Amino acid sequence: MNAYEIVLKSREKGRPTAAKYIEKMVEGFIELHGDRRFSDDAAIIGGVGYIVGKPVTVIGIEKGEDTNSKIEHNFGCAHPEGYRKAVRLMKEAEKFHRPVLCLVDTSGAYCGIGAEERGQSEAIATAILDMIRLKTPTLSVIIGEGGSGGALGLSAADEVWITETSTYSVISPEGCASILWKDSGKVAQASECLKLTAQDLLELKAVERVVEEQGFSDAFFEGLKESIAAFFEGQKAIPADTLVEKRYARFRKF
Amino acid sequence: MNFEDLKKFFFKKPKNALEGTDESSSAQKPAEAAIPDKLAEKCEKCGKIILSDEMRDNFGVCPKCGHYKKLSARDRIAMCTDSFEELFQDESGKNILDFPGYAEKLEDLRAKTGEQDGAVCGAAVIGGVKCAVFSMDYRFMMGSMGHTVGEKITKAFEYATENGLPVVGFVLSGGARMQEGIVSLMQMAKTSAAVAKHSEAGLLYISVLTDPTTGGVSASFAFESDIIMAERGALIGFAGPRVIEQTIRQKLPEGFQRAEFLQKKGFVDLIVERKEMKEKLAALLKIHCTEADA
Repeated sequence: MNAYEIVLKSREKGRPTAAKYIEKMVEGFIELHGDRRFSDDAAIIGGVGYIVGKPVTVIGIEKGEDTNSKIEHNFGCAHPEGYRKAVRLMKEAEKFHRPVLCLVDTSGAYCGIGAEERGQSEAIATAILDMIRLKTPTLSVIIGEGGSGGALGLSAADEVWITETSTYSVISPEGCASILWKDSGKVAQASECLKLTAQDLLELKAVERVVEEQGFSDAFFEGLKESIAAFFEGQKAIPADTLVEKRYARFRKF
Repeated sequence: MNFEDLKKFFFKKPKNALEGTDESSSAQKPAEAAIPDKLAEKCEKCGKIILSDEMRDNFGVCPKCGHYKKLSARDRIAMCTDSFEELFQDESGKNILDFPGYAEKLEDLRAKTGEQDGAVCGAAVIGGVKCAVFSMDYRFMMGSMGHTVGEKITKAFEYATENGLPVVGFVLSGGARMQEGIVSLMQMAKTSAAVAKHSEAGLLYISVLTDPTTGGVSASFAFESDIIMAERGALIGFAGPRVIEQTIRQKLPEGFQRAEFLQKKGFVDLIVERKEMKEKLAALLKIHCTEADA
């Protein structure tokens, strides 16, 4: 697959969304709503449950499956209150020494009047700032689109993993082609230039692990679940201050 | 001077401020215009011709219409500090992703601006208080943040943390630098991590948001400060106004995403006139450096 084919694949209809990952990997999931400031943003779902018997907090950007649920979840484009809810849940997890798993799948944070009025920039900036110094293990898995700041807001983690046909990019190839070359026809070329595929990202050390998708079979979810559990088990042995130091070093290298 | 030359000088097409194209080439081209550099300039807002001396004495604010002309990183520092000693000036970037045309663009801008990239950092004194300062430059791809900008700003925070200094940051940026792809996005996390460390050391960070502050920079260190100061009229937002209009297919209200709008919505501590910026910074630094229980 070339880069543009991967871009299309990452957005493909029928691809499992965050809710599916939670259903398949998290036992006893209890969803917790709201940012306690303004509202509950359905573009980001979060809550608590167990992964292989161990408590976790899970926060996922949810795109929705059918048309109705896509509209309900605003196509996975979160408003400021979504990021504020995520931060609230992360801090709750920190208090109870519970690791945090983020599932990232968004074309980007929502841009619109309400989002700006309620401080989209401030919300994302605060999410990055708070996540990067969170004193509990964190892991982000990009499961579809990792769209710019909207994705980074949930990706300032100990490690970032990506499934093999997902992407992570500073801008959509469409946006890049239209801004740089004033030519929306150059999307395929922009996809190549941006180095946004899982393999490129691994080489650039922007992700630690590429997860094989195995056609999103039960075996895939089972394998990913085991890997996540093992990762958190390893992280738990590390003192909280060291975790934060290691996270600093992870991002400092760029 | 003939009329054709005058026309070339006075009737240039305005460029969109958020395009990130090099304004340096349009703002001053003495060779083409045959007017000596800096004798007079045209206000980009009202179009009136202003003597450059007058413009400079008025802090780069048009004496006719009050429009704030964009300032280079160094002009801003000169205007707001008592003294300044540059640091990390050798920091320079390359075309990390082999992005087509980017290496040439960097070379071209370096030649035109005399800067290595879009940020200038150093140690400064403002109102007698020593601090670390960073300042972003519109002439360098509208202050977009790639590796070099991110690295210099990170180093400024690390320097401040090591030396127990406050940070004053003059922010001006269209956002992330897309030619550096994911590396550019990672600068948001890197700078944020440095801000977090600085903050945890109990040190003050004042960000000064100037026109424009948008995209990845607004969604990282611009909004992570203890005090957010904005220059009057500055465009501040996550998405640029054109992108929003295209997304929601409606016209944006007057004043949307301007500093005054953000203050009203609760995201900006104070709005300052350019001519009082140094004085306000000095006063804020002073109050934070005075022990409350002493």
